[in-house]
Amino acid sequence: MAESRQSSPNDDLLVARGISKIFPGVKALDAVDFTLRSGEIHALMGENGAGKSTLIKVLTGVYEFNSGAIRLSGREIRPRSTLEAQQAGISTVYQEVNLIPHLSVAENICLGRQTKRFGFIQWKAIRRRANEALQRLGLEIDVTQPLSSCSIAIQQLVAIARAVDISAKVLILDEPTSSLDADEVKQLFAIMQKLKGSGLGIIFVTHFLDQVYAVSDRITVLRNGKLVGAYRSAELPRLHLISKMIGRDASEITDQHPSAEAQETTAEPIIEAAALGRHGAVENLNFKIAPGEVLGLAGLLGSGRTETARLLFGADRPTSGLLKTSGETKRHLTPRRAINLAFGFCSEDRKTEGIITNLSIRENIALALQARRGPFRPIPITEQNQLAQEFITSLKIATTDAEKPIKFLSGGNQQKVLLGRWLASKPRFLILDEPTRGIDVGAKFEILNLVRDLVKRGMAILFISSELEEVVRSCNRVIVLRDRRQIGELRGADISESKIMQTIAGTSQN
Amino acid sequence: MPLLNFRELRSSWSRIRWVLFILAAILLYNFFFTPGFFKIELKQGHLYGSLIDIVDRAAPVMLVSLGMTLVIATAGVDLSVGAIMAIIGSLAAKLITENHWPFAGVLLLALAAGTALGLWNGSLVSFVGVQPIVATLILMVAGRGIAQLLTGGQIITFENNSFAFLGGGYFLGLPFTFTIVALSFLVLALFVRKSALALFIEAVGDNERASHLSGINSRFIKCFAYAAVGFFSALAGLIVASDIKAADANNAGLYLELDAILAVVLGGTALTGGRFYLFNSLIGAILIQTLTTTILTRGVAVELTLVVKAIIILLVCLVQSEQFRALATRVCLRKNEAAA
Repeated sequence: MAESRQSSPNDDLLVARGISKIFPGVKALDAVDFTLRSGEIHALMGENGAGKSTLIKVLTGVYEFNSGAIRLSGREIRPRSTLEAQQAGISTVYQEVNLIPHLSVAENICLGRQTKRFGFIQWKAIRRRANEALQRLGLEIDVTQPLSSCSIAIQQLVAIARAVDISAKVLILDEPTSSLDADEVKQLFAIMQKLKGSGLGIIFVTHFLDQVYAVSDRITVLRNGKLVGAYRSAELPRLHLISKMIGRDASEITDQHPSAEAQETTAEPIIEAAALGRHGAVENLNFKIAPGEVLGLAGLLGSGRTETARLLFGADRPTSGLLKTSGETKRHLTPRRAINLAFGFCSEDRKTEGIITNLSIRENIALALQARRGPFRPIPITEQNQLAQEFITSLKIATTDAEKPIKFLSGGNQQKVLLGRWLASKPRFLILDEPTRGIDVGAKFEILNLVRDLVKRGMAILFISSELEEVVRSCNRVIVLRDRRQIGELRGADISESKIMQTIAGTSQN
Repeated sequence: MPLLNFRELRSSWSRIRWVLFILAAILLYNFFFTPGFFKIELKQGHLYGSLIDIVDRAAPVMLVSLGMTLVIATAGVDLSVGAIMAIIGSLAAKLITENHWPFAGVLLLALAAGTALGLWNGSLVSFVGVQPIVATLILMVAGRGIAQLLTGGQIITFENNSFAFLGGGYFLGLPFTFTIVALSFLVLALFVRKSALALFIEAVGDNERASHLSGINSRFIKCFAYAAVGFFSALAGLIVASDIKAADANNAGLYLELDAILAVVLGGTALTGGRFYLFNSLIGAILIQTLTTTILTRGVAVELTLVVKAIIILLVCLVQSEQFRALATRVCLRKNEAAA
């Protein structure tokens, strides 16, 4: 069977036409076409909210689609569960391995499909089958050892072996490389090539541009739930790929220069990173931020922006390098110590790291300031009311009163309350991670203007945004990240969308 | 500044009204069917009657439920309160009978020991990262053993007027336990609401990650909550021992953790943590005791009491559930339509 496919590698294996998926209030996929050929590795690319994961969930039966059609090997399918998708021949390996750590490798590979005789499991047959499945990937490991004793990379390969053993035609790898080191990635790629050679179609989702170009034959780009296009990897320069992903055509950009003056500040930096990094998160950060300065972090999704922010705030421990605040080396920074240093961190994950759902707007605003004062120096209620009122007015928070639980506000207004929380704590250094995500245009402008005001008053700001336009408009200097590394720094007149994109694409070095 | 502002009062009312409704129904039932239930007599300057008795008997659960409210608000739970009560009762009895300590010293040491046991639970939960239910299960099981070691497997009886006053004395015509509960509630409510502890407890219980990133010391907050429930369990343990003038390591506070948790949940504090309602927990405890007393005075067969209690509690939970009320309304409407 494999041979026959190999002979005609341009067979369309999986064809999705006009797929739409509507969630209440959002069109997550809007008439998206997607074609996977047998014997190809097809990268699916897009920024946040592009619809990648929705498309994958539709293909694997997690979501039912609203309109469109999916054909697999010419036969129309409509999987209603992952099991149905698997039976049809579509298997998925997720970033977090979805296997059972305490069972043996063999059991994991054969789980749910054990060979039985008279109702008893035939262990010999299972071990043989597992060995065969692993050998197909060129992997020699002891199948009787528990899965938990294997490295993450091996666990991932076991997951792939299991997926292929379910006689998959289509293999979906959803960010398989995020927790692997360089050698392990190489091993994975070799296996992907091998599987591709046997006629499998592989959909590869990743944030790493280098990896996309290293293995993929074609690339499909989605943006805001719509198809941007499908391209042969060899014919799509990086810069074009990036511009398609972020929706700014390189030729269209009329380069705006930062309105913020690009003067070199001589002030002592508030925070300084020297070769700072955290294993598996981000490496080799080198920058300083001084009062009255906005430092931008630019890079694609998964390039290490949030990871950088978390290191600076003490939310994660660095494993290498030094972090200095006002010239003093900080070894064990924690959020509480950071707040005592008058730092603030407005997380991009509003729901799980920002709002306290059931507490009122007033309480949410007072929280960080109160935490700095400690439990026994309460902010008098009149002062809390004043604070809340002040930010409701100045940030134009749409609410009837300050006692409303924050969960009843819209996303944009919640974001403003969180900004209020940090501003109320009067920070010297404020980290804004995607402060404008998911909020309407009017609120965006207000927040950007606020950033400008705060800097004029001498605050230091780290500004993270996927929207390059915002970064260009707000920042004095921009650090560019790619694949979890700092790859460049732009300052002054150099800060422009095209320059940032070129830096991300690496064309300035090539 | 009032202890509760208008909005807090309203939100606490919306959570307790169904409990009050059932409580009123039980009282109404007693009004018609239990002779003398509402009778309150004045004998030798002391008030006597079933209603007084209910509150007096509910005192240990009420005290424990105050602390339990804080623990549950941090999204935790404490199963060891009954065991702490047994330990403290045994400790107090031993100190008085064998070591002849003055009562004041016993009181102070007992409360300190209860707080320390709570801190032990709190440390396991917040520093070691053990799940609350497991962490407190350890002391729940081990605690009775410790209490039995203290009493040497015997029931230690004691004679001490000051100690006896704690659970059996009268003050201002009412059982002294009324004063203990009222003072405990007021002091605790003022302490947490006037400081920022209440805010931090609710924040940690609602969203621990966001609280951590906002600079709240969630370990300290959790330790405080467990220490508080330890303190109130010690107080409840002293009252129970004082009541029977003896320390019974096997039965003191047995299953009381379940009543305390139920009281808190009836009061509207969610087991998932967040907003808490101290006063409502007291009402929840009173409902449970009213139910028990009613069943006992009605002479329900002993083997049936637990079943009846369970059915009424189930009823309370059902009327408290918005989903169930919506379902019931729909069924009623459909019936009416069918009839019309």
